[in-house]
Amino acid sequence: MSTDVLVPFDEAISRYDPVMGLEIHIELNTATKMFCGCPTEFGAEPNTQVCPVCLALPGALPVVNAKAVESAIRMGLALNCSIAEWCRFARKNYFYPDMPKNFQTSQYDEPIAHDGWVEVEVEGETFRIEIERAHMEEDTGKALHVGGSTGRIHGADFSLVDYNRAGIPLIEIVTRTIEVPPEKAPAVARAYVSYVRDLIGGLGVSDVRMDQGSLRADVNLSLKPKGSDVLGTRSETKNVNSFRSVERAVRFEISRHAGILDAGGTVVQETRHFQEDTGTTLSGREKSDADDYRYFPEPDLAPVSPSREWVEELRATLPEPPAVRRARLQNDWGFSDLDMRDTIGAGALDLIVATVEAGTTPQAAKKWWLGEMARRANETGRDLDALGITPAQVAEIQGLIDAKRINDKLARSVFDGVIAGEGTPEEVVVSRKLEVVSDDGALGAAVDRAIEGDPDAAAKIRSGNLGVAGALIGAVMKEMRGQADAGRVRELILEKLS
Amino acid sequence: MSSDLTRKTADELAQSLASKEVSSVEVTQALVDRIGSVDGSIHAFLHVDAEGALATAADIDDRRAKGEQLSYLAGVPIAVKDVLATRGMPTTCGSKILDGWIPPYDATVTAKIRSAGLPILGKTNMDEFAMGSSTEHSAYGPTHNPWDTTRIPGGSGGGSAAAVAAFEAPLAIGTDTGGSIRQPGALTGTVGVKPTYGGVSRYGLVAMASSLDQAGPVTRTVLDAALLHELIAGHDPMDSTSIPDAVPAVVAAARRADVKGLRVGIVRELGGEGFQPGVEARFTEAVELLTSAGAEVVEVSIPSISYALGAYYLVMPSEASSNLAKFDAMRYGVRVPPAGVDDPSAEQVMASSRDAGFGDEVKRRIILGTYALSSGYYDAYYGSAQKVRTILARDFDAAFADVDVLVSPTSPTTAYPLGDKLDDPLAMYLGDIATIPANLVGIPGLSLPVGLADEDGLPVGLQFLAPQKADDRLYNAAAALEQLLEQKWGGTLLSRAPELEATR
Repeated sequence: MSTDVLVPFDEAISRYDPVMGLEIHIELNTATKMFCGCPTEFGAEPNTQVCPVCLALPGALPVVNAKAVESAIRMGLALNCSIAEWCRFARKNYFYPDMPKNFQTSQYDEPIAHDGWVEVEVEGETFRIEIERAHMEEDTGKALHVGGSTGRIHGADFSLVDYNRAGIPLIEIVTRTIEVPPEKAPAVARAYVSYVRDLIGGLGVSDVRMDQGSLRADVNLSLKPKGSDVLGTRSETKNVNSFRSVERAVRFEISRHAGILDAGGTVVQETRHFQEDTGTTLSGREKSDADDYRYFPEPDLAPVSPSREWVEELRATLPEPPAVRRARLQNDWGFSDLDMRDTIGAGALDLIVATVEAGTTPQAAKKWWLGEMARRANETGRDLDALGITPAQVAEIQGLIDAKRINDKLARSVFDGVIAGEGTPEEVVVSRKLEVVSDDGALGAAVDRAIEGDPDAAAKIRSGNLGVAGALIGAVMKEMRGQADAGRVRELILEKLS
Repeated sequence: MSSDLTRKTADELAQSLASKEVSSVEVTQALVDRIGSVDGSIHAFLHVDAEGALATAADIDDRRAKGEQLSYLAGVPIAVKDVLATRGMPTTCGSKILDGWIPPYDATVTAKIRSAGLPILGKTNMDEFAMGSSTEHSAYGPTHNPWDTTRIPGGSGGGSAAAVAAFEAPLAIGTDTGGSIRQPGALTGTVGVKPTYGGVSRYGLVAMASSLDQAGPVTRTVLDAALLHELIAGHDPMDSTSIPDAVPAVVAAARRADVKGLRVGIVRELGGEGFQPGVEARFTEAVELLTSAGAEVVEVSIPSISYALGAYYLVMPSEASSNLAKFDAMRYGVRVPPAGVDDPSAEQVMASSRDAGFGDEVKRRIILGTYALSSGYYDAYYGSAQKVRTILARDFDAAFADVDVLVSPTSPTTAYPLGDKLDDPLAMYLGDIATIPANLVGIPGLSLPVGLADEDGLPVGLQFLAPQKADDRLYNAAAALEQLLEQKWGGTLLSRAPELEATR
């Protein structure tokens, strides 16, 4: 599909400096929509969470959700922004079938929060990212294009629209240009999105699930030749659905832009869609500065003017800053700096917190999330929190190991079962018949057969060479198809050969 | 004639109903019959719901018989402009694009009317999406002025005004974005009130220009208007621009009707060139009556009024262009696929449906507004217009520091013949010169019939304006003038209207 000429990343950044900006859309987890009383639960039957307001029936009027304003202010404060004393909503006018009013109620030149910053860490180095603004807006409905090969609107036989999402409160966080060493750009982009996810997640105002679209990142990127001040034309990459994809999208776009520029071509200002399977981006609709959204202040809504007292009250409700929290957790858990860096890099911090809260030791929680789970995430191109397994389930599985009902190896099969939707860990253990055998009768018979089958090893153990016990244990485990309590097997072998 | 139920005011009907002299079913049936008899020549209604109205009437009679405590206007029938959402009853806004649309919900005004037990006779004709001053821009054909059926009834709420003037309804709801209640009131010899912006909920009022639209009463007397105003007004949590304060005591003010010591300001800029002599003569006589009753009349100037019309024709189309974007044939309304296109895209269906569904005046305003909001033009057009509103508000504030109410002719002319200004939009827009300022600054206005112009024998209206949230002042002053005029005439102005011939 893609005929892009790509320049290898290292070569690209040797000649060009990337100019990067990120826009993050966060769906708030308010009980009701931004401008009406409809519920916001994810995954309901299409078009069941709608009313005259969010369907834009003639005559209906919006009313601002006060809880959403509160969430926006808390988010702005967490991003070290100033909170506007007075701001308005504005209409962004354009026609699209998934947008009931054919304008999006958003904020334009008067955002609720502006001029903030955050610091993110990449490989032990700290980068400061300036936040231009965080503003309130509403989500659109969701179009589903049926037929055709791409699932996109072109070539589709027909389209369906689900308006359940229309009017869900969104906060859009816009960075200023991110200036970092070119080779660090992809990792910094990923670290920023991951940081914002943790920060906003900690506020409890959003589910911040990239896989469900409650956190969506757009990557704006252009290249300028080294030493030049002339900005290039930017592309805006959407559909970036995981932290890993953020990094890949930045790398790909740098390579693609460089390819175009090297060939003396011009980059088209357009929206691009990231392709998870190939790690590439495909052209979406062309977008130019000539796009005219005819913004004007929303006349159906009163201005929002949060009192300073309220803002300070909300500031007092903010959780501890991420850096402080990380230091505290590292200390509590006894993690090394490297452990902590890996944890944060993998986006596993909150997952480990939750797993530990569910009763697992920090070391065990880390072992699963950074080992087994990270491997699965890599293989499937998903983020850890999108694997389909929860911290509580991981803790439950570790509990089964601690109770010697399964072992580490069997646990992998339990993970498979849970992720495949076969039920709780307990149910999977039962249905897949994974419980280890620690019944001395059954194990004893197997041990006897192993000793008979390898008299050589048995003799060595009798003479005190315990190092070969492993061979007999292995034989027992093989016979029991892994479902034996290895510790007990060893004890039985030593008992019988003492 | 006094036994004719259709001739009675809403207040008279409310009293007769309360004392059980008549039933709501009798009143409603009389009006349904009247509509059947004369609406063929007036065309005030786009939809008549005789069955629904009679059912409500029967229910109210029933409840009254049981001794239930009812609202004062319970059982008094009403007509509703077709721009307010009525659950289960067609709501077209006078546009083809909404042909056949039945709202699944009630506007707040509709809900208040229903819960107070007023039978809804039907939906009244209007210029498409309230865009126009003659009701000729209705996609369903014009309404005719009951005083002379070859003439326009004013607009956009010509249907509501004509229904009330033709004794097809004692009460009607209108909406006023630039004069759509008051100007038809003036042209049909009825009372029309635009309340303070935010005084009556806009929820369910299909918006033309959100910052200007306001629903209000259309009646034959000032007291009836006050009674209806009180019923529909009040804070609505569903409308963010709704005023949280208590409703001004408009009914008490209408009953007080005393202008002794009232300071009345004649707006210097609203007279002279462009104003018909017969209009100016009746206006001047009415002001003299106020003076004779003890009002202190002075002349005041609102210099920025000369910019009002220009500002209005930027703000209104700008907001309208955005408000009307929702009519895209995707979720409701008429869908017209483009001719000769196989497999049209959603965008093509939107475009062709809007092309087929909207009339010329609507398209004109969408184009104007789209242009005014365009990048590069916004500051010069929309931005400047908003500044004019600020200056205009300041000038009105200054004027109201010296006077209690302002007065002017409501419309520079009496009703003109159908078709007269249809091809000259600018000439038609000029007819709103006196009413538009109140919408731009959000103040209340009331039009009262003050006589017939000598040159054509057609009704003339006088407009009272008051500061924001001082709607009660309008009712006090207008009720006083109404009494003085009726004493002078020896009856109501509408009793002098020609008898309409029954068309069936």
